[in-house]
Amino acid sequence: MAKIIAGVATSHVPAIGAALDLGKTQEPYWQRVFAGYEESKKWIEKVKPDVCIVVFNDHATAFSMDIVPTFALGCAAEFEPADEGWGPRPVPTVHGHPELAAHIAQSVITDEFDLTIVNKMEVDHGLTVPLSLMFGQPKEWPCKIIPLAVNVVLFPPPSGNRCFNLGKAIRKAVESFPEDLRVVVFGTGGMSHQISGPRAGLINSDFDKAFLDGMVNDPKKLTAIKHVDYMREAGAEGIEMVMWLIMRGALDEKVHERYRFYTVPASNTAVGHLILENQELAAAAE
Amino acid sequence: MQPTKKEYSDIPGTIVFDADQARMGYGINMFCMSLLKDENRKAFKADEAGYLKAYKLTPEQTEAVLKRQWNRMLELGGNIYFTAKLGATDGLSFQQMAAMMTGVTQQEYADMMLAGGRSPNGNRSKSEWKK
Repeated sequence: MAKIIAGVATSHVPAIGAALDLGKTQEPYWQRVFAGYEESKKWIEKVKPDVCIVVFNDHATAFSMDIVPTFALGCAAEFEPADEGWGPRPVPTVHGHPELAAHIAQSVITDEFDLTIVNKMEVDHGLTVPLSLMFGQPKEWPCKIIPLAVNVVLFPPPSGNRCFNLGKAIRKAVESFPEDLRVVVFGTGGMSHQISGPRAGLINSDFDKAFLDGMVNDPKKLTAIKHVDYMREAGAEGIEMVMWLIMRGALDEKVHERYRFYTVPASNTAVGHLILENQELAAAAE
Repeated sequence: MQPTKKEYSDIPGTIVFDADQARMGYGINMFCMSLLKDENRKAFKADEAGYLKAYKLTPEQTEAVLKRQWNRMLELGGNIYFTAKLGATDGLSFQQMAAMMTGVTQQEYADMMLAGGRSPNGNRSKSEWKK
């Protein structure tokens, strides 16, 4: 049977992708960011997931104001990197896992999570930057990727609690898929940042650090954070952090914190990163 | 009909892109979306006012776009991820746009970020900005 072995949380700042693509990783400013992912690259190479479910948000790339799905699951075989106005990122095509994705869709919709099925979607930095941070710059991504796009652009996004419970439903779906697959769930976006309006540049490290702690030890508490509080405390765009709770909901109640990294800033944003292992993987690593 | 009071309207310097804003800003945002295509960027640059006519903007919205009034565009229903495409068409980075929206130079903005960003203290409520 398929199983979820771990979760990865990471910011998906577009400037990180640009720094990588333009060969700026050795500049001191960027070295500070990329150094924080060296351990993570070794970790994921070792645990070798067969599939990663990547929870991300589209930034007015695949979805304009014509259609705004709250949850959209990528069920296609391939997803091309999008041109966000500067040409597509020079990263490999993302290969999906249509069978598992269709199974997840069927299972969670039956469990009353009415998500949208997407068979055609170009993927922007929200998805490709986390892949680059975790896998580096390979010719092909080393595993299958199922994109799950969450609306956090048009207010209101889904609540943290809804996200957490969707994570639980996704876990149930994965665990009822008959093929033996090792699955890692990525929750991306955040941490504190505001890129719009006169208050742009807001960073709240206290909020972020408490959020990182909560992700490990007390995610239930995080599910109660109201949208207005995310926006007031962590910036209008800091609300992206609800996406991390989908990942957390898909994990064991008690997880092992394998790795944590936090730095300010990358461009306009606080960068946060966690690797959380389910009990079984953590026990195997001891 | 009275507009509903929104609990997030007290956050200073922040325009929350909700359903009301989105309805108002559909034209601005779809215009910006069109700039993802290179041929459209060229056509817009060649005749900005003429290009905008296809998007049913109000006179205020048209003026905000033509004058690159970034905050005004947000007030009139634009969303930052869309207006950033106009910024990109002008060759601006996100950080340059952020500096313009906050009324400081790019260097001042970059220095603020390097120093840890804008603190939430004093920036949680409109009442704190009036002092």
